[in-house]
Amino acid sequence: MQKIVVLDYGMGNLHSVASALKKVAPTDEVVLATTPEEAHGADRLIVPGVGAIRDCMEGFIRPGFVPLLNQCIEAGLPILGICVGMQIMMKRSEENNGVDCLGLFPQPVKFFGTDLQENGQRLKVPHMGWNQVQQKIDHPLWRDIENGSRFYFVHSYYVPAENNNAVAGETDYGVKFAAAVTRNNIFATQFHPEKSADAGMQLLKNFVGWNGAA
Amino acid sequence: MGLAKRIIPCLDVDAGRVVKGVNFVDIRDAGDPVEIARRYNEAGADEITFLDITATHEGRDTTLHTVEKMASQVFIPLTVGGGVREIQDIRNLLNAGADKTAINSAAVHNPDFVREAAERFGSQCIVVAIDAKQVGNDKEPKWEIFTHGGRKPTGIDAVEWAKKMDSYGAGEILLTSMDRDGTKNGFDLALTRAISDAVSVPVIASGGVGNLQHLADGVLKGGADAVLAASIFHFGEYTVGEAKAFMQQAGIEMRI
Repeated sequence: MQKIVVLDYGMGNLHSVASALKKVAPTDEVVLATTPEEAHGADRLIVPGVGAIRDCMEGFIRPGFVPLLNQCIEAGLPILGICVGMQIMMKRSEENNGVDCLGLFPQPVKFFGTDLQENGQRLKVPHMGWNQVQQKIDHPLWRDIENGSRFYFVHSYYVPAENNNAVAGETDYGVKFAAAVTRNNIFATQFHPEKSADAGMQLLKNFVGWNGAA
Repeated sequence: MGLAKRIIPCLDVDAGRVVKGVNFVDIRDAGDPVEIARRYNEAGADEITFLDITATHEGRDTTLHTVEKMASQVFIPLTVGGGVREIQDIRNLLNAGADKTAINSAAVHNPDFVREAAERFGSQCIVVAIDAKQVGNDKEPKWEIFTHGGRKPTGIDAVEWAKKMDSYGAGEILLTSMDRDGTKNGFDLALTRAISDAVSVPVIASGGVGNLQHLADGVLKGGADAVLAASIFHFGEYTVGEAKAFMQQAGIEMRI
């Protein structure tokens, strides 16, 4: 039995992440940790996040999750970021008039804008719903997931795919953006695997069995 | 290739039971919303909307418990609406496992509630539900907002209202035509188009679906980003899969 820790820093609904994990890993221990102490002994870590980036960053820093995350990265623990949990790993976000983030990846987080278009058609923002993800690399977390599968997204800010060597999956919505990024033992998705039906459950299952090596 | 349009079955729930009834073949309990939501999840629905029509406090607690059970078994987005009046209502629903909450009458009474809710929880989980009725003639149609299940006129223009809710931080608009609801004559396409063109956020068309062409029209003619229906799916007239295949045939991007 392994201990899967979901960092609970007060941002949004973690119920669905936890229940999806219980579904794919029924014999493992799933812990929602509000302090680094509760995360002690983690075998793998999930950084979820819903809401605005400033509150997320503040909520993440306050309980001391930054040093915890850094320790886990160094120790080689498999780490999964989800949605804003991926965005806080970037260098800086345009949201809330600009917020410095954790800088684990050098990329920025940008706004889709109010005049996003594709083939002359205006695109709605937030980007909400099921979009296709093109797998850009071979990765254990893509195992048994067909290339081009649809995942559920809901976000107004994105990480550009251009000049981004961390991209593991790419999606097109007026611009090409990073649907997933990876570096060593970190894998992070802009979409919500816990809300993405079969494809999402497979990704979580892959994460639960991943040893953290690419 | 791109973002798929969504099909959203809607459950009307009173004190933890689906009230309109659903007659899936071989379903164990046609009134159990958890079982029904699970069926729709398996059938390929893109989201589930759960409309709580419960009036009592005891019933509300039952509802939260139902949402909790549903969220532990359904791995697609879940929107819960009906009687959302306070920040605490939203918090309770999100904690129970809802992904989004729909605000209707409370937004009309106090528009700042939407702003406060969006700031607190993020726009992505704040759906503003609009019930509109046509006023004036068909040549220059206008629509007015009604509250309390369509009984109370407000004098507010629906298009202006939708724009305002967009600017207040609504992440999505759930648009119901009171004229069409329950008629099976199709969506009010002029209304859907007017609202969809006026706002920058996604619009869910609701009210009046009687066949699959109506669903396709909601997207193709109404400009909706998602289509919501209840009875055509509940009573087994069409499956979600048939609806998706039909819409894809009509040239609409779907998650198949």
